[in-house]
Amino acid sequence: MRYLPLTETDRREMLGVIGAKSVDELFRDVPESARREGLVDLPRRKGELEVERIFSRMAAKNVAAGSAPFFVGGGAYRHHVPAAVDHLIQRSEFLTSYTPYQPEIAQGTLQYLFEFQTQVAMITGMDVANASMYDASTGCGEAVLMAHRVTKRRKAVLSGTLHPQYSAVVKNLSDFAGYKLEIMAPALPDTVEDIISHITDETSCVVVQTPGFFGELHDLRPIAEAAHAKGALLIAVVPEIVSLGAVTPPGEMGADIVVAEGQSIGNGLNFGGPYVGLFATREKYVRQMPGRLCGETVDADGKRGFVLTLSTREQHIRREKATSNICTNSGLCCLAFTIHMSLLGEDGYAQLARINHAAAVSLAEKLASVPGVEILNKAFFNEFTMRLPKPAAEVVDALADKGVLGGVPASRLLPGVKGVEDLLIVASTEINTDADRAAYQAALKEVL
Amino acid sequence: MSGMNKQGRPTSIGGGSAEGARETFTGNKALQVEEPLLFELDNPGACGVDLDEPAEFTSHLGNFERQGQIGLARVSEPEVVRHFVRLSSKNYSIDAGLYPLGSCTMKHNPRLNEKVARLPGIGDVHPLQPQKTVQGALELMHELSHWLKELTGMPGVALSPKAGAHGELCGMMAIRAALTARGEGEQRTRVLVPESAHGTNPATAALLGYKVDAIPATKEGRVDLEAFKSKLGPDVAAIMLTNPNTCGLFERDIVAIADAVHEVGAYFYCDGANFNAIVGRVRPGDLGVDAMHINLHKTFSTPHGGGGPGAGPVVFSEALAPFAPLPYVVHDKDGFRLVETEDEASADGTQPFGRMTAFHGQMGMFVRALSYMLSHGSDGLRQVAEDAVLNANYVLASLKDDLSAPFEGPCMHEALFDDRFLKGTGIETLDFAKAMIDEGYHPMTMYFPLVVHGALLIEPTETESKQAVDLFIATLKDLARAARSNDKDRFTGAPYMSPRRRLDETAAARRPVLRWAPPAPAQAAE
Amino acid sequence: MSDIRFTDQHEWVRVDGDIATIGISDYAQEQLGDVVFVELPEVGKELAAGDEAAVVESVKAASEVYSPVSGEIVDVNGDIEATPAGVNEDAMGDGWFIKLRLSNPGELDKLMDEAAYSEFVEGLQ
Repeated sequence: MRYLPLTETDRREMLGVIGAKSVDELFRDVPESARREGLVDLPRRKGELEVERIFSRMAAKNVAAGSAPFFVGGGAYRHHVPAAVDHLIQRSEFLTSYTPYQPEIAQGTLQYLFEFQTQVAMITGMDVANASMYDASTGCGEAVLMAHRVTKRRKAVLSGTLHPQYSAVVKNLSDFAGYKLEIMAPALPDTVEDIISHITDETSCVVVQTPGFFGELHDLRPIAEAAHAKGALLIAVVPEIVSLGAVTPPGEMGADIVVAEGQSIGNGLNFGGPYVGLFATREKYVRQMPGRLCGETVDADGKRGFVLTLSTREQHIRREKATSNICTNSGLCCLAFTIHMSLLGEDGYAQLARINHAAAVSLAEKLASVPGVEILNKAFFNEFTMRLPKPAAEVVDALADKGVLGGVPASRLLPGVKGVEDLLIVASTEINTDADRAAYQAALKEVL
Repeated sequence: MSGMNKQGRPTSIGGGSAEGARETFTGNKALQVEEPLLFELDNPGACGVDLDEPAEFTSHLGNFERQGQIGLARVSEPEVVRHFVRLSSKNYSIDAGLYPLGSCTMKHNPRLNEKVARLPGIGDVHPLQPQKTVQGALELMHELSHWLKELTGMPGVALSPKAGAHGELCGMMAIRAALTARGEGEQRTRVLVPESAHGTNPATAALLGYKVDAIPATKEGRVDLEAFKSKLGPDVAAIMLTNPNTCGLFERDIVAIADAVHEVGAYFYCDGANFNAIVGRVRPGDLGVDAMHINLHKTFSTPHGGGGPGAGPVVFSEALAPFAPLPYVVHDKDGFRLVETEDEASADGTQPFGRMTAFHGQMGMFVRALSYMLSHGSDGLRQVAEDAVLNANYVLASLKDDLSAPFEGPCMHEALFDDRFLKGTGIETLDFAKAMIDEGYHPMTMYFPLVVHGALLIEPTETESKQAVDLFIATLKDLARAARSNDKDRFTGAPYMSPRRRLDETAAARRPVLRWAPPAPAQAAE
Repeated sequence: MSDIRFTDQHEWVRVDGDIATIGISDYAQEQLGDVVFVELPEVGKELAAGDEAAVVESVKAASEVYSPVSGEIVDVNGDIEATPAGVNEDAMGDGWFIKLRLSNPGELDKLMDEAAYSEFVEGLQ
């Protein structure tokens, strides 16, 4: 077996040193009833070539996003990732290292985490960010628990702007942890007053997503003001991090915690994961923040270096009193984010956002000209919602048959919700060409 | 007060004489190059991407247009590449050397796995594409589920948990859901957790509102069966047990434990972090386990990536399988289908407890893990467990007279030592570990498990050759000899030769600096 | 110094009139290592003996400090919040945590005196 260096001779010699006759002796603590003599009923070992063929066969049964005019969003976005990113993250020293528990020989990881935290704090307009969460949906759950700790209240309000699967994740966590939750119905386009009316003296936090699930940009300022007046926190959720290159960051609109999905920068679609959750907050709440944190310090020679810090919040020390049970971050995905963001820089990030917005505006104009199509958004970034004269799920299927991946039917994520069957959520990014948009327009005309 | 310094380790910089190395003008040492922070490389006007100006368009951003600068560094591609390459040179990695972190399973990460994960038909697929356009992706998930179920002898699986701790949470939620379904959700308030458990176990139980009740260990490093039985009762929801346990030992009484747990109507959660020791040889389902997470980044070789991403699928017994969370894949005459909603699930006859994450889990990790499984096959996987256990026992047998071992062997996949061999030397476990860095090794896990004083937990894994393990053993023997012969500076000041020497964690925690900030502008001249 | 009392959880309490000053013992600060953070309760809060009064953290440990006696908090030591090192430097003096107005002075009798605590600590080593 190509991955196993021990030879039969090695094994014999080693058993001799151990003083065991066979390897079976080493398993003697296993109760007899559970010892398996034969092999598990699965295929035998395979060479590289054969394994590669198996995956190529499976891959061929998927429509790769890059092989078709592609307009699917809903919390995951296809962007161009510069070639340097994937090359650098595959360096052994990044790819095959563990969590930086020995900082003397993990400064590479620690320094990029420090740079990542800085980038995230900057683009969200917040004071501090952690070294990432699994993804935005689980980050939302953690943010709500954090708000409960900060406010010592136990009831959160989830606005209808929130991605329905993020809501489902928060609901699941809250239900099991015994916290109260108010989940507002999905609404388009403008829900600010409605959200404010749900904030009471019992509310620990209100969760608002912008761009919202339907792509609409929301004004967080009045919501922040109303929340703070009642002693509640505003959790802002950003599902598409490219948006912050063009729109006002939540930190400037009064958010207390920002949760964002960082997949768009540096990370591929990967059928839903791994992604990278961004998590930022105000300085005063840092000790209530979940997840790993990297901090600056000096070494014994007085040289600048970095360590994981404030780890008394975490499970390996606090055990049942930890702020969270999480022990992993999304290391390599945050490295990909950091490298891509470094390549973009101040000017590239803003320009990328501008191109995305232009792409979506151009697509919206084209599709609005198709008879029966109505664009519902007032303000949007690179994603918008249109009402169709037919059920959106059928339309998306018909479009796929014509080789266009046309978006996310709202009903897929809001099953059983009335009035959303004819809504289609459509995203356009820098990857789309004029020809892609023209193909979409033509296909949609035919399908309707 | 509660909970003293459980890890018993110094927290500020130790003593030791300064190094007599030659100073250089740059501060660099040949291949070791000092690298500034990205933000200190900022060069206005530079950019690492070329993006064209879009055609004329009308903004639809409303009044949300960003005002003002963000502060991101402006750097060209060659500078970015050099920056990150230089940073990478400051990391230890499994590709570069033996990485004996106990309970972390730092094994070789096959590059084939990276290659197949990057096939466009696999990596470049959106989670919300129409299902007919992702049949291969669903087939892959289904196939992985099949392997996990066969290897564990358990009939149910949830793929979506994002890492081990998330898997634990998922498993415990399924347990709560099953108890609630039979009307005992409220009455069962306690979860039993051995003292030697990973910190995530009590943290997970507490998150769900359970009272955590610690089970003591015996002198042999295993669960005290009598003490455990005395804690059982109608208010117990579950036991959370790691097996092989965190001392690297197989719980001999595990079947009796499972029986006793089931007898009082509770469930058996097994922390599968150490599955590598038994894969292909023992099936947790045959031990009476009801739920177990599997760290794909441990047993199934998906890269640790400097701390993630991981993946923590959970397998379930017959009793818990119907409560597994959304989504899951089914295969029927029409092909593969993703069950994403409660309605679809109830039509399917299941009662999922909810949803752990948006979308379907860590697909990128599923591919790599399945590639690893297919490469090994049933025969190779069994060999994995055997070689992992053989390497660990070889380390234990070779070092037991030089270091001190608290428990009798055989061990499973990791060998545990304590700090008795350092008694009277003035050297602590931490110092001993740091001296290993100068010898070119990543230290083993230290101060865990907590049941042993000054623990040193060594997990060589099956992907180390005998030659590599022999050199490692010889190095530790030499270090132990040096410790006993009063060569204290070699330890207390270590490491001397790494990119950084010991870092001041106390200073970092007292005045947290968690981000770079631009230097304060110089005061304008009057 | 004879009016000082200790708990087996390594808190100390010193009484002056009806005001009790509470901190952690020298042994406790040594075991914790460098203290990096202290979280103190609000003045005015009522505590029963055994209630959690404060949290003290080193880099590698976090501990709850329990009140040895019952009463209302009348003062907290802001200095150690700003400079946690003060706990290491003078745990038994300037490194105090809270002051309480005693509501049940009888509770003091259940605590160890200095000699008993010294013996207790020796037994731990």
